[in-house]
Amino acid sequence: MAKEYETVIGLEVHVELASKTKIFCGCSTAFGGAPNTHTCPVCTGMPGSLPVLNKQVLEYAIAVGLATNCDITRYCKFDRKNYFYPDNPQNYQISQLYLPICRNGYVEIETENGKKQVGIHEIHMEEDAGKLIHDEWEDCSLVDYNRSGVPLIEIVSEPDMRCADEVIAYLEKLRLIIQYLGASDCKLNEGSMRADVNLSVREVGAKEFGTRTEMKNLNSFRAIARAIEGEKARQIEILEEGGKVIQETRRWDDAKEYSYAMRSKEDAQDYRYFPDPDLTPIVVSDEMIDEIKAKQPEFRSEKMERYKEQYGIPEYDIEIITGSKRMADLFEETTAICNQPKKVSNWLMVETQRLLKEESMDPEDIRFSPENLAKLIALTDSKAINSSVAKEVFEVMFHENIDPDAYVEEKGLKTVNDEGALRSTIEQVIADNPKSVEDYHNGKEKAIGFLVGQTMKAMKGKADPAMINTILKELL
Amino acid sequence: MANVISDETIEYVGILAKLELSGEEKERAKKDMADMLDYIDQLSELDTTDVEPMSHIFPLHNVFREDVVTNGDDSANTVKNAPQEKDNMFRVPRTF
Amino acid sequence: MELLNLTAVKLAEKIKAGEVSAVDAVQAVLAQIEKTEETYNCYVTIDREGALAEAERVQREIEAGNLTGPLAGVPVAIKDNMCTQGMLTTCSSKILGNFIPTFSSEAVVNLQKAGAIIIGKTNMDEFAMGSTTETSAFGATRNPWNDAHVPGGSSGGSAAAVAANECFYALGSDTGGSIRQPAGYCGVVGMKPTYGTVSRYGLIAYGSSLDQIGPLCKDVTDCATIMEVIASHDTKDSTSMPREDYNFTEALVDDVRGMKIGIPRDYFGEGLDPEVAAAVKAAAKVLEEKGAIVEEFDLDLVGYAIPTYYTIAAAEASSNLERFDGVKYGYRAEDADELHRMYKRTRSEGFGPEVKRRIMLGSFVLSSGYYDAYYLKALKVKALIKKAFDEAFAKYDIILGPVAPTTAPKLGESLSDPIKMYLGDIYTISVNLAGLPGICLPCGLDEKGLPIGLQLIGDCFAEKKLIQAAYTYEMARGAFEKPAGREE
Repeated sequence: MAKEYETVIGLEVHVELASKTKIFCGCSTAFGGAPNTHTCPVCTGMPGSLPVLNKQVLEYAIAVGLATNCDITRYCKFDRKNYFYPDNPQNYQISQLYLPICRNGYVEIETENGKKQVGIHEIHMEEDAGKLIHDEWEDCSLVDYNRSGVPLIEIVSEPDMRCADEVIAYLEKLRLIIQYLGASDCKLNEGSMRADVNLSVREVGAKEFGTRTEMKNLNSFRAIARAIEGEKARQIEILEEGGKVIQETRRWDDAKEYSYAMRSKEDAQDYRYFPDPDLTPIVVSDEMIDEIKAKQPEFRSEKMERYKEQYGIPEYDIEIITGSKRMADLFEETTAICNQPKKVSNWLMVETQRLLKEESMDPEDIRFSPENLAKLIALTDSKAINSSVAKEVFEVMFHENIDPDAYVEEKGLKTVNDEGALRSTIEQVIADNPKSVEDYHNGKEKAIGFLVGQTMKAMKGKADPAMINTILKELL
Repeated sequence: MANVISDETIEYVGILAKLELSGEEKERAKKDMADMLDYIDQLSELDTTDVEPMSHIFPLHNVFREDVVTNGDDSANTVKNAPQEKDNMFRVPRTF
Repeated sequence: MELLNLTAVKLAEKIKAGEVSAVDAVQAVLAQIEKTEETYNCYVTIDREGALAEAERVQREIEAGNLTGPLAGVPVAIKDNMCTQGMLTTCSSKILGNFIPTFSSEAVVNLQKAGAIIIGKTNMDEFAMGSTTETSAFGATRNPWNDAHVPGGSSGGSAAAVAANECFYALGSDTGGSIRQPAGYCGVVGMKPTYGTVSRYGLIAYGSSLDQIGPLCKDVTDCATIMEVIASHDTKDSTSMPREDYNFTEALVDDVRGMKIGIPRDYFGEGLDPEVAAAVKAAAKVLEEKGAIVEEFDLDLVGYAIPTYYTIAAAEASSNLERFDGVKYGYRAEDADELHRMYKRTRSEGFGPEVKRRIMLGSFVLSSGYYDAYYLKALKVKALIKKAFDEAFAKYDIILGPVAPTTAPKLGESLSDPIKMYLGDIYTISVNLAGLPGICLPCGLDEKGLPIGLQLIGDCFAEKKLIQAAYTYEMARGAFEKPAGREE
């Protein structure tokens, strides 16, 4: 009989913090920018330069620790992790090994079998590396240090997860918590949230863990799920054939759906960590923690409660809208302008969700402003445009964040309120469609729909359907 | 307590430190390192049970900077000393 | 050349009084360099035109009344491990043989604000690793008292330049004695301040927890004056200590009455040259006669400081020097088309033997399986050494001793046996481990005519006591002899 296996998964999640500047220097963390334009002697490892810790980074790290039920390390230090690689300008990364800022936390996830706690072993602060670009022409690599020194926290979970679904639930939970804190936008596709998967398999019922591998380069939930399945199958196959899994780091190639070992002789994986003498220890006081707690924004559960009272929108809407910090912010900001919570919610629930899905976009990537959404709502309220035109305008706005007022004006999309013009168009439609008129008179109510449609078509969509209906019935 | 440094150890330390020693240098390095370790081993004469390792001398802590952008585009200076440069980036042998 | 024999402070007074100009001073120094530099090799870089142009600018500022400080217009030499914007900074290493920093170290900026004129960059042991200035990739520096001897190190170029009148004062750095020992060998005054007093920003690191910048100069008055200019709280250096009192010149007081001075018996044991011992004891006697209470005591753990130091310094150095890899600046081996081959060739060709030796040792003591036994153990012993000093300073204001076991050795005598060379650092090294300030000033000549250095060690932040005691001794001693080589 075939053996049954269980997968044991732990995650190392790197999150880029939302601070304006890098962890140890005053360079901007803004995305984009021409190569090396966001650099200085510190983040390019110039001889003689020295690091100074960005206070905001510490505060974000502590905030995430508090929100994930961690103990905050009251006396913590930075350590140097030594390894040679060109994206790492000092050839050591400033990180934390011996005294990380947070330890012993957990988050709760929903699984098929109910709630489950995933333990957090530790959270530490560290600096990101630069970017290596392969130059095909000259067969060399080029180094850009714009990302070098961007602050990261690494959240190391306990090996508490057993399947891809749990992993995704854990990541989504972490992402929501961190986004709500404003500590990061957590975009997997842009790399502001990255997960390395530690995975081992063992026979069901076994007490000991199997040998684990670490998989890197997973930049979407889909890739993570596939990599887990792939690695699980690979390890089981090795064990079934009587082999041994080797503890190693593997790189997942999502296109080929295959992982390969990253080891080389020159990569000894002996990082020679020691306390960084250039940085002073950090003492976290009760006051500091209280201050961070006081600054903490509203959490999701609090928000849901408030929405119910303040806006009176349905619980289903609240559930969806608060499922993303970006969405909730957009909702609140738009409502603050137009004071029409239900209408705002409708736009976010229906059209926004549809387009996000169509474009496989993250709510974090929404580009349109609350001002413009409020304007669009005002245009429909005043019947200046009808609902189908509004949807059309919204779609353009969703993609390009256009100003709906200007757009409607420019494209001549305003509903024609000139009754005379409408009346003569309807007369023409009646004249052109005797069959439908007859059907209507014979009691086929549906025929009127056709006539409204024809009128709308003749008006190029710029008419108020209710008004067409009234005039049509009158003329018929 | 005489330390003996093997060829493998020197090779391994060479990988860590990215140093490549010639045959002669290697022999010298083996001897020097063994001598130094013998010498350092005298520290084991001292009882340091319950002594906290002292990485920083002074009780100076919580030295922070505010999260304010102070640096502009310094790319010209960044690559000024680059042994090999292309498109404002550092050129290195291919990495993957 | 009377001008050249002036101290920095005296020269500045004459410039301010309009008796000489900053340009005269620079020209005098350049003329002296022309005469003696070929013999002594104090400098890696001499910036003749830059210094003259700056002298003209500074002179105008002085005349306009914009520069009024006590060092305005005085030519200075900077050790070549401190970044100077636009001026070659090599650490006396091939690996930085072409490195031109884009910013200046904070200490240099502070000097420039005070109207200092940088003559050039002084030779040193490669990356400050050495005690003789013989490990420089640009040739050894020679001692102006006797050019068959070393000037000490690693700030040997700075000490020799001051002794040879090739500058009026210089900056050095001290990780295990690198200011005090060459000051002793060259018969000049050198001070290593309390850790964190002078910003390390722009100092190319050797052992970050030990490195401090300090002055090498002609007398204690210059020393206090320079300290006042270079010491500052720098927010770019996390280990920079804000201090309440930077008024070091206030301590230039000829009085040690009631001051308690302890002499560690362990400093006068085996290995100490009897001539050195006698000169140092005689200096202690002088201070006693001036009213200090001098007594001998047992300072624990003296012998353990060297292995502790070499473990910690080598570990930090192995990490600090990783950035020299041929990617961003400095030397890069040619024709290495594979990444790790490029790293290895660049570093193997770029670093000299002593640097490689310490990098290898440092990498080893931090490596998996050895960290606890070596590195962590050394950090624990460091705590014990610090404690021993704390206990000593509970009883004494100052600890007095020699700066080195002997006077300057001959060139070529030291490098063959590294451990023997390291033993020469026995009196200076523990000061760095404990972060203490120390000053060295000349207290006599041996029968070869080489200077003997007296070292005074103070508790953390007690520079002013050191300055006061050193000044008092200097007043009693009188003007110190000058090396024969620099006389006309």
